[in-house]
Amino acid sequence: MLDLGDGLAVAFKVESHNHPSAVEPFQGAATGVGGILRDIVSMGARPVALLDGLRFGEPDWHFSRAVGGIGHYGNCVGVPTVGGETVFDEAYRDNCLVNAMCVGLLPVERLTRAKATGSGLSVLLYGATTGRDGIGGASVLASQELGDESAEKRPSVQIGDPFTGKKLIEASVELVSAGLVESLQDCGAAGIASALSEMAADYGIDVHLDRVPLREEGMEPWEVMISESQERMVAIVRPQMLEAVEAVLDRWELHHAVIGEVTSTGELRATWHGEVVGAIPARLLTDECPRYEVAQRPRLPRPEREIVDAPATAEALLALLASPGVRSREPVYRRYDQLVGSRTVRRPGLDAAVLRLRPSMRGLALSLDGQGRIARLDPFTGGALAVLEAARNVACAGGEPLGLTDCLNFGNPEKPEVGWELAEAIEGMAQACEALGVPIVSGNVSLYNETNGRAIHPTPVVGAVGLVQDVRLVPKGWREGDVVLLAGAGALSLAGSEYQARFGEVSGRPAPLDLEVEARLVSFLWRAAPLCSLVHDASEGGLAVALAESALVSDVGARLELLDEPVELFGEVGGRAVLACRAEVVADLERLAHESGVPLRRAGEVGGDTLLGVELRELRTAHGSES
Amino acid sequence: MTGRPRVAIVVFPGSNDDRDAAWALGALGADVDLVWHAEYELPEGVGAVVLPGGFSYGDYLRVGALASLAPIMGAVRRFADAGGPVLGICNGFQILCEARLLPGVLRPNRQLEFVCRDVVVRVETAQTLFTRRCVEGQELVLPVKHGDGAWYADEGTLMQLAARGQIVFRYTEDVNGSLGNVAGVTNEAGNVMGLMPHPEHAVDPLLGSADGGLILAALVDAAAAHALATA
Repeated sequence: MLDLGDGLAVAFKVESHNHPSAVEPFQGAATGVGGILRDIVSMGARPVALLDGLRFGEPDWHFSRAVGGIGHYGNCVGVPTVGGETVFDEAYRDNCLVNAMCVGLLPVERLTRAKATGSGLSVLLYGATTGRDGIGGASVLASQELGDESAEKRPSVQIGDPFTGKKLIEASVELVSAGLVESLQDCGAAGIASALSEMAADYGIDVHLDRVPLREEGMEPWEVMISESQERMVAIVRPQMLEAVEAVLDRWELHHAVIGEVTSTGELRATWHGEVVGAIPARLLTDECPRYEVAQRPRLPRPEREIVDAPATAEALLALLASPGVRSREPVYRRYDQLVGSRTVRRPGLDAAVLRLRPSMRGLALSLDGQGRIARLDPFTGGALAVLEAARNVACAGGEPLGLTDCLNFGNPEKPEVGWELAEAIEGMAQACEALGVPIVSGNVSLYNETNGRAIHPTPVVGAVGLVQDVRLVPKGWREGDVVLLAGAGALSLAGSEYQARFGEVSGRPAPLDLEVEARLVSFLWRAAPLCSLVHDASEGGLAVALAESALVSDVGARLELLDEPVELFGEVGGRAVLACRAEVVADLERLAHESGVPLRRAGEVGGDTLLGVELRELRTAHGSES
Repeated sequence: MTGRPRVAIVVFPGSNDDRDAAWALGALGADVDLVWHAEYELPEGVGAVVLPGGFSYGDYLRVGALASLAPIMGAVRRFADAGGPVLGICNGFQILCEARLLPGVLRPNRQLEFVCRDVVVRVETAQTLFTRRCVEGQELVLPVKHGDGAWYADEGTLMQLAARGQIVFRYTEDVNGSLGNVAGVTNEAGNVMGLMPHPEHAVDPLLGSADGGLILAALVDAAAAHALATA
């Protein structure tokens, strides 16, 4: 959680729900959203935005079902989905990735309010009843490779009930706002067992499993302990507050039961009708859990293959815009409520969404990004790029990056190559964070993303939250007569690029990153954005695609002077951004760029209905976006 | 009468746009009462009622069906029968149709997908309580966000509604398969209106459009007039 000033704090986290989504995409994605929402609620915050990182083999039925599941949950609970990313790559064909990020707001005093801790407090379970659904969700699904028999694991996928989820959110926010509870925990992976382990580690908890409200008969104590039935939370309550807490829960028509009490034994102890059925020193579940040294063996990329018969620039641009990896995401976003909450100043589509922090004119810029294909060739660069791309995106909307959250999606770490990828990617992310001076405040790991022995790309995904000082100055689109400028000087390569994936074969080593140069660019962009009519960074598809997207979002073309070289137009890795502004502002921007140590050059002027020799109409048809 | 007109917003479990509507109406000069679904009476002195968007009771069974039977709906019906202005937005429209306070039903979108985007609606009549601040033929930009927004009635009903000026808004394009592109209708007396687009999400140009303010400001006017008439 981070302090935003004005008495407001922000809580945010990204989490994976990959294996359930691979087995049953609709419920897998829906419960992924439900889970991350409860995570934010358990921090005492009201969820105000969702973002989703989706990676599938192709835009097929499976993908569409996952989008439907996200909408089903997010729309029903009344939290807007404002961003994310959609990636299609063969590597995710049998093991899709569904990462969900949630952002919540809370009054800052809620963070510092003294909380009672220690023995004598009551442990209250509330929300839905507990059943056999989702038993082993974390162990059967998430921690094993998938195979052809995975369909048989469908009973391990949890089923979401967004209506109960909505009531749970409202009731929880009410409990926290009124100061009726000491703390909240979400029942996520491993259910009650994991919800209680953290609290138990500091003090000890006795839990009476026979008191848990059940939805089916004949459940064994161990099943009650690890059931992943959705829409449940645990509250730690002072006994004298119980009556008031129960009144709130009754009004929201939620089940509740005092299932245990905080002790001073340091043990998590479970009883069943008075008989102890399990006991463990709780620290073994948290700080003192077993640690592994994973073996590491570098996976060297194949040497870069020359692209033969590369198409002409115009043809390449149209093909890239039309490719599943780049084309308009409007058909996806349209299926999500982007507006509830009345904060969405900039809707999803370009770089980062922006939410207004009413009643002030300040705002939050939000983005979620990953670079799996580049990480496959060089996990260090892929990890660093995920951080830089997320930070750059919020900067393009005028947001100063405040904090990051990460989700590490990898294959089976018991394989030395995957162990190496994991270590390299984390190192890349760490160094990029250090260069930017921005912390990672939360995160999640998803391993064993393999099906029949084939691992996904190493895919670190990073969510960024940036603070916008004045949402009225968020760039909207370039205007006729504006000057077009290009910022950035990082080295470019085609290795790992969208261009290479489309016209060649993914191979070679991506250009090395200069993290200091990249950090300076981010810092320049968020300062420059309020002066500009448009700021958009180059990512998948490189500069040419970024320019085309700028023209499409603005509905006017540009006359540009650029080097007609594939690596210049379509190269990736090194950070670059397109800026546009009125002619009289250029000097200010140049001064700012000079002070920031960022190369900035003029590339042309906005006007006309073509871009790089292609008519806007043709670009729009290829991209599939609306004017 | 003193003070600002009072508007009640009914909160069902699963209502989502209740706070948005409260914010918008507050900004347009109303005092807002959030009224819990389990109440049997509206607060004293309320001049208008809003049923907000969302997924009341999870919209299980059929959209709006469960909410139409909620305890508070008896009070809403009495308020409507007494000529009080009632506005149903999205889920609220669905509830009013299920409660037979408005004609027609709302079916799943023809594309069988949720749709969230800005649409253009044309004001078919400026003669209603809710469109007095508009002119006939005016086009408003309002967002829609719904999975079940295809309004339907039999041909005879549609013709009759059109003849009586009960069709208030039509989309300028086919958004969801709605019969006759109908986006909003009133009851015969003209004091109950439902519409699928969200005026409460269109009261601030920063958020996309301020056109919804025309509808909500007219509702606040109507609330003041009704409170005065019944005081």
